[in-house]
Amino acid sequence: MAEELLKLQNIYKNFGNVKVLKDVNIKINKGEVVALIGDNGAGKSTLIKVITGVHSPNSGKVFFKEKEVQIKSVAQSRKMGIEAVYQERALCDQQELYRNIFAGREITNSIGFLDIKKQRKEAEKILRDYIGFTSKAITVDSQVMGLSGGEKQGVAFGRSLYFNSDLIVLDEPTMGLSIQETEKVLNFVKGLKNENKSAIFIDHNIIHVYGAADRFIILDRGEVVGEFNKEDISREELVQRMIQLHESGKIKVED
Amino acid sequence: MNNLLNSYFVKTHKLEISITIIAVVLFLIYFLGAPHVFTRFPIYRAFMQSMPFFGIIAISATFVVTLGEIDLSFPSIVGITSLIFGIIMTSTDGNFFIAFILATSLGMFAGLVNGLLVTKIGIPSIVATIGTLFFWRGLVNVISQGSGIAIVDVADGTWHHMIFVEKLFGKIPMQFIWFIVLTGLMQWVYRYHKFGNHIHFVGDNKASAQMMGINVDNVKIIAFVQLGFFSALAGIFTMYEMLYFWPTQGEGLMLTTLAAVFVGGTSVFGGRGTIFGTFIGVLIIGSLESGIVALGLSGFYVKFINGLMITVAVTVYALIQRRKS
Ligand SMILES: Nc1ncnc2c1ncn2[C@@H]1O[C@H](COP(=O)(O)OP(=O)(O)O)[C@@H](O)[C@H]1O
Ligand SMILES: [Mg+2]
Repeated sequence: MAEELLKLQNIYKNFGNVKVLKDVNIKINKGEVVALIGDNGAGKSTLIKVITGVHSPNSGKVFFKEKEVQIKSVAQSRKMGIEAVYQERALCDQQELYRNIFAGREITNSIGFLDIKKQRKEAEKILRDYIGFTSKAITVDSQVMGLSGGEKQGVAFGRSLYFNSDLIVLDEPTMGLSIQETEKVLNFVKGLKNENKSAIFIDHNIIHVYGAADRFIILDRGEVVGEFNKEDISREELVQRMIQLHESGKIKVED
Repeated sequence: MNNLLNSYFVKTHKLEISITIIAVVLFLIYFLGAPHVFTRFPIYRAFMQSMPFFGIIAISATFVVTLGEIDLSFPSIVGITSLIFGIIMTSTDGNFFIAFILATSLGMFAGLVNGLLVTKIGIPSIVATIGTLFFWRGLVNVISQGSGIAIVDVADGTWHHMIFVEKLFGKIPMQFIWFIVLTGLMQWVYRYHKFGNHIHFVGDNKASAQMMGINVDNVKIIAFVQLGFFSALAGIFTMYEMLYFWPTQGEGLMLTTLAAVFVGGTSVFGGRGTIFGTFIGVLIIGSLESGIVALGLSGFYVKFINGLMITVAVTVYALIQRRKS
């Protein structure tokens, strides 16, 4: 029996009058990569932001490691062991890389002054070991502003890897990347399983998703409309289901 | 020369270097134009005496501006906190501690109100603080009924008077020493404390800062609160210098203070700024009036040249920034 890591129960989220998530129930096991798929505006990013503490749900329960939790802030979710690479990258353009990597969880002394030396040293390690930056033009003191899309993604990735976590959430991580960069990201996602880490992986490209994930959850206008294990569905079938959903607004599940 | 221009320090301190050059040129003009004044000590003593009153607030306001916010209410916070300081000093026969604590607490409370209006109610800071600007000044008028308060009897000759505004070695006004110390301290916080770091991230990109786990609202609230505190402190310094409270106290501070911040190179768009630059900005803006008069121009030029300085400085910064991105 797989060990449960995260469970969402009857999650609702509104922005004003707009109901973005409607009665969402999902479960993620330890060491499992779950793909979240659905059209633009389906609520995928909102759902993961509920998990990472950016948004709090209007109602519903969240369980982490089988204990009910209220994720009130990003800091708290990080502390529990959840890391994220957001669609928006979540970097600040005019600040140095070493500051971006540690923003919100700075290395400080007891009265809150930054240990700049240590932050720069650790950031150096992240650039070299986790991201594999070789360009001399990019240093820990570079501002984010001058980085390419792939490099920014690299920094967001390196950051999420450096801090030990049980669950990594990846929101459209391959968006705007070159073919090689995309390959790297997909290999990384597959590699997570070896470390018994779990991941939620959002991507538009079914081919990417199919190769990397164990299970697929389909979200449509704020509702979970289908869930498949990889053993039970071929790539072609999955594509077929998505096209169906697109055309009819429904998924036929025959079993 | 080329090497020097491309060095790391120069690249990362373009704003600070530009502002310093502007200040040096300005003081050279003073020096060459009015040597009889600028080769003697009294003009510098006068500068050291007057600059800290708005300088302290300018340093503190740099935090708020770096957030991409603005506070227009500080002149009235100076007013209300000075009034309370005066009332308590005179009614307690000069109990400095009570007066100091209550005045600065009120300053922080006024800052808290600004912070809550901006973050929890969602009013843009420029609008919210225009409201509180009028509110606190109005309250000053209501309470004081338009009359001033003399604190000569309870403040003159005391130890607190000495440490606030008397002259060190008979030459250097104490307020200037405090100003330097506070500038150094705030520079340290701005660049090397978690709070200063968060100020930069929130000012740069609020949404990203939140996703990185920074409590955006708290950072903003604390920024307004510290500005309330330093406005009160500046008011208390002024009270000791003048030994008198008058109901318009603080009203003249708005333009000089904000001008010092902007001339200093802190970006109105947020995310980037410099405390050192604000300090130099204070030297520039605070010296203009006497400098212009010493040069033999009439006082009518003061505003004009002030305006010119601000416009030239912000244009230079905008150009530096454009070349970068
Ligand atoms: N902060 C927000 N405020 C208001 N509406 C939002 C906010 N974030 C997302 N939405 C809305 O919620 C819906 C789902 O958005 P999102 O979760 O980003 O979808 P997806 O990631 O699946 O494309 C969209 O209609 C979007 O406009
Ligand atoms: Mg999205």
